Amino acid sequence: MSGLEVLTSRAGELRAKLGEQVHLGVAEATFDEAARIAESSVKRRGRVFDWDWKLDRILTSRIWGFPIMLGILAVVFWLTIKGANVPSALLADGLFWVEDQLAFAFRSVGAPGWAEGFFVHGIYRGLAWVISVMLPPMAIFFPVFTLLEDLGYLPRVAFNLDRMFKSAGGNGKQALTHTMGFGCNAAGVIATRIIQSPRERLIAIITNNFAPCNGRWPTLIMLATVFVAAAFSPSVGSIVAASTLVGIVMFGVLVALLVSGALSRTVLKGEPSAFALEMPPYRKPQVLRVFYTSLIDRTLFVLWRAIVWAIPCGALAWIMGNTYVGDLSVMAHVSGFLDPFGHALGLDGVILLAYIIAIPANEIVVPTMLMAYMNVDRMIEIDNMVDLKALLVVQHDWTVLTAVCLMLFSLLHNPCSTTIWTIYKETGSKKWTWVATLLPLAIGFLVCFLVATIWRAVG
Amino acid sequence: MKDRFDIDRTGHDYVVALAGNPNTGKSTLFNGFTGLRQHTGNWPGKTVTRAEGTLRYEDKRYKLVDLPGAYSLIADGQDEQVARDFVLFGKPDCVVIVLDATNVERNLALALQILEVTGRVVIALNLIDEAQRRGITVDAEKISQELKVPVVPTVARDKKGLIELAAAIADVCSGKAVAPSRRRELDPELESAVTELERLVEAVVPGVPNARWIALRLLDGDPSIEEGLASGEFATPATPTREGSGKPSEVAS
Repeated sequence: MSGLEVLTSRAGELRAKLGEQVHLGVAEATFDEAARIAESSVKRRGRVFDWDWKLDRILTSRIWGFPIMLGILAVVFWLTIKGANVPSALLADGLFWVEDQLAFAFRSVGAPGWAEGFFVHGIYRGLAWVISVMLPPMAIFFPVFTLLEDLGYLPRVAFNLDRMFKSAGGNGKQALTHTMGFGCNAAGVIATRIIQSPRERLIAIITNNFAPCNGRWPTLIMLATVFVAAAFSPSVGSIVAASTLVGIVMFGVLVALLVSGALSRTVLKGEPSAFALEMPPYRKPQVLRVFYTSLIDRTLFVLWRAIVWAIPCGALAWIMGNTYVGDLSVMAHVSGFLDPFGHALGLDGVILLAYIIAIPANEIVVPTMLMAYMNVDRMIEIDNMVDLKALLVVQHDWTVLTAVCLMLFSLLHNPCSTTIWTIYKETGSKKWTWVATLLPLAIGFLVCFLVATIWRAVG
Repeated sequence: MKDRFDIDRTGHDYVVALAGNPNTGKSTLFNGFTGLRQHTGNWPGKTVTRAEGTLRYEDKRYKLVDLPGAYSLIADGQDEQVARDFVLFGKPDCVVIVLDATNVERNLALALQILEVTGRVVIALNLIDEAQRRGITVDAEKISQELKVPVVPTVARDKKGLIELAAAIADVCSGKAVAPSRRRELDPELESAVTELERLVEAVVPGVPNARWIALRLLDGDPSIEEGLASGEFATPATPTREGSGKPSEVAS
């Protein structure tokens, strides 16, 4: 017998003999001593108004916790939508004015038509779209969200969601990593490190994608504003848009819960482990730091990533739209091929193609889609949301169903390539990476198909 | 020279670990001390991030290692294991334990556990402003008397008390103020079992610091300890340490 075997078997014997005594003598004794020292060194002035505790009682109460949470979420979205409108339009005006000037410059130096198309109407337009559509909402949403984080509200959200995730067979901490996923799914996946049980961690990783991330907010916000809100009178439009977004978030949580429940009852069976969720005290937010970190670390980071990916994707989209095989462009061939499939999902071929091109970054789904639409029809200037809607509705037969299905598909599809790579690194397993990639996509297909089919049958 | 924790001591006189419960302002303290002289990476072989940086005080340079937040040395989860392993086997010259002044009792559990394995400890009693606001006063002197280690009140956010804390760290590192580690009184039957296992542990992993602690955890049936022993993770390579960075076990009673 090796020394180690002697040691472990002897330890086993002694443990059997001493039983509970060890635990009582060591662990419990530590807590008793901590209590004794604290007793002798800590004094509490009587009856101090403990507003932290009072606030927690309300914010995490069984009755008020959820309505308050949804209300705060709605206000954040409303601020984002309302506030982003004007700067978005200004940015678009400015950037598309520059596009005209660039096109003029290309022509005046006698550049060939394809160069003007490729650089100005392909790459530059893609960039202009990404910036004008994404920058203003992000510049409002992220600081507000970070402010809530800094105040200490997010752990309360996790507390509210904890019960639900636990009853779905997951770990309560999944509520925290899910919340993190609203920022970035790759970050959410990394955050699952706080979950100790490998089973529960896998569940959290696989379902993290159901939290719409930075890259998807702009798509969702645009669709909610342009399509859903437009069906109502302008006075309530932005409120409707904000409520739609809250609904999408809640639907994502619901799907995450259902999938967690399904996984923990089938391939990832087991009892949920217990843990203590700590409520850190509310702290005065460091406002300047919040603005700095949310603008630099989040807004500019995400925008930069979108720009970096928009260039090759814009170029690819332009090339596909302008390379002809027979009478039709490559883009038209591919999207035509995808069209029946897209139609069954309430979408169309171009949208599916945009999702394929945009696997590296969800941020560029809408720009890619628009580029595809605009190229097919030769250039159309889009300066504002009304023109955008006209393009989609009049020329490409978009309906409210298309917008609803696209929002659902945006919520439920494969993670972006960065997140997929992160999942592979964190799980070290090809199998689970595939599951985490394809499961959300399959769910997306299923949900969109059902919605489209029922909608068409009823309407 | 690097050890299995991948700590590069080059250009530094001492290694100081920052330990504490989550949400005690540990990282704020770390940032306050190191400013921009810090970098982050991963603990070797673990998916746990690590921040380390340099504190200059008087004529010495201290390498500060920000350990993951932990409630206990009886580790639960990767983060806590990393913190536990570094305190036990990383041979830091000083461990700064950050206590949340609004929650002394719970925070003391970790402090007491760490004090059982090393006396090279300074306690930062942080968030005292927060405590005051809630009508809580904490007697730092009294805690210091009980634990026999320096206790420095701090408000890390406002950089209050950092100089006093640095001075206390310097005293511990230079060996001026090192307390004996607290050896727990056990009843005779338990004591003899622990002593027996302690000798067996030393036979399996010669020269391991804190054999007694390992023996106690084994007796309590901690599976991560058996794993650590089996994988050889606890076997600290016999690298000669510089003077002044005495093994924690040397200062044990």
